[in-house]
Amino acid sequence: MAEYTLTTPLSDEDVSKLKAGDIVYLNGVLYTARDAAHKRLVDLINEGKELPFDLQGAVIYYVGPTPPKPGEVIGSAGPTTSYRMDPYAPILIEKGLKGMIGKGKRNQAVREACKKHKAVYFGAVGGAAALIAKAIKKAEVIAYPELGPEAIRRLEVENFPVVVVNDVYGNDLYEEGRKKWEGK
Amino acid sequence: MRIVKYEDIVKSIRDMIIYSTTHLSPDMKKALEEAYENEKSEVSKAVLKQILDNAKIAENEWKPLCQDTGLAIYFVKVGEDVKVEGGTLKDAIFEGTEKGYKEGYLRASTCDCFTRANLKDKVGYNLPPVIYFDIVPGDKIEIEYAAKGGGSENVSRATVLAPAAGKEGIKEFVKKVVSDAGPNPCPPLVVGVGIGGSFDYAAVMSKHALFRDIGTENPDPELNELEKELKDELNKLGIGAMGMGGTETVLAVHIETFQPGRMCHIASLPVAVNIQCHSSRHSHITI
Ligand code: SF4
Repeated sequence: MAEYTLTTPLSDEDVSKLKAGDIVYLNGVLYTARDAAHKRLVDLINEGKELPFDLQGAVIYYVGPTPPKPGEVIGSAGPTTSYRMDPYAPILIEKGLKGMIGKGKRNQAVREACKKHKAVYFGAVGGAAALIAKAIKKAEVIAYPELGPEAIRRLEVENFPVVVVNDVYGNDLYEEGRKKWEGK
Repeated sequence: MRIVKYEDIVKSIRDMIIYSTTHLSPDMKKALEEAYENEKSEVSKAVLKQILDNAKIAENEWKPLCQDTGLAIYFVKVGEDVKVEGGTLKDAIFEGTEKGYKEGYLRASTCDCFTRANLKDKVGYNLPPVIYFDIVPGDKIEIEYAAKGGGSENVSRATVLAPAAGKEGIKEFVKKVVSDAGPNPCPPLVVGVGIGGSFDYAAVMSKHALFRDIGTENPDPELNELEKELKDELNKLGIGAMGMGGTETVLAVHIETFQPGRMCHIASLPVAVNIQCHSSRHSHITI
């Protein structure tokens, strides 16, 4: 279990050193998107149109935060369950996405895409939403404000805590972790 | 006949929602601290530390513990000798819910099943809640509330087993539900099990079982034993905190049966499992 601090956008070299189970602190920019926003992004790709942000080396955070109180940057902002984004993730990875942050299992297609195009899936701690919000220094809606909590936001983050779940080598922390502790 | 004012109910509900979505209940805190002490896996221990730190930040800043502030679920016992003045009890619960979620800066998570459009303008902010009413003797109104997130509801399951399946069949089913859920419902978990009644009522009981404080005993000694056995066996699955592998997957198993008599139909054995994540936000008030 190694520890790294990385700054976005992520390069092939950055993601290649990560192994399932490593702890990573992310700096730089994350984009938020849930199912509704993913569907729109993939529609844009299929229509050959430009996306609201640059996918090269980008990291998407699966989150639908609570509304901020006056004076707050963002409300509570923990990860949502990732499988809902599985149908859309492979094409985004193919187009340059390097990281996804969420919670819960991914399907085989996403794991294959991570291996083939060098991308990683990070797990954040679900329900640690007030703590995670502390790592978010700036938040701004950049697309689909009508989606409310599901709008695409650009987040500036400092030491955003995640764990590598699926690495570029095909490892899966959920499977390995469980195997290691089963029956104990 | 005792009279209770509509506005008083609205305010009590509003305050209960804002408090319990930002303050981890003492029983959960204690259970998570124990899990942190006992956890043998390094990664899961680090996760549990984050969960405990999160609770401190949430409490100090009155900031929601989790961004999924859930559907509002209520179990309400209404005394036969109490009357609400100024409106209906149901309306008061709706209004208290809307006020709590809006004024507490909580998330509006209700939507149309088909269009998926948020209901905040059409029905109300995080409305409607799910309410189970019961009528009891006395002149009090007892309201239990939980903010139930989607992640742990999505992996909850109900079935009707053959009577011959018995206790072993029930155990197998519970284990399968928790095992299939894996990391998705944000373990460590509280597992609510409803046994008996009808197909639908087993699910209601499995939800209500989640309101019981962790660390309390089941009044039925046989079920109390079964809860402990199941907890030990589930912890051997190795899922760990957030599914990252570890020894502390389940904080408690709570079983409810249909009373009186632990009843079910002679031909069936309904079983439901309602999963609760570590962000168990539950509370109750008596008015
Ligand atoms: S399962 Fe619970 S802790 Fe996890 S995101 Fe949902 S409500 Fe929050």
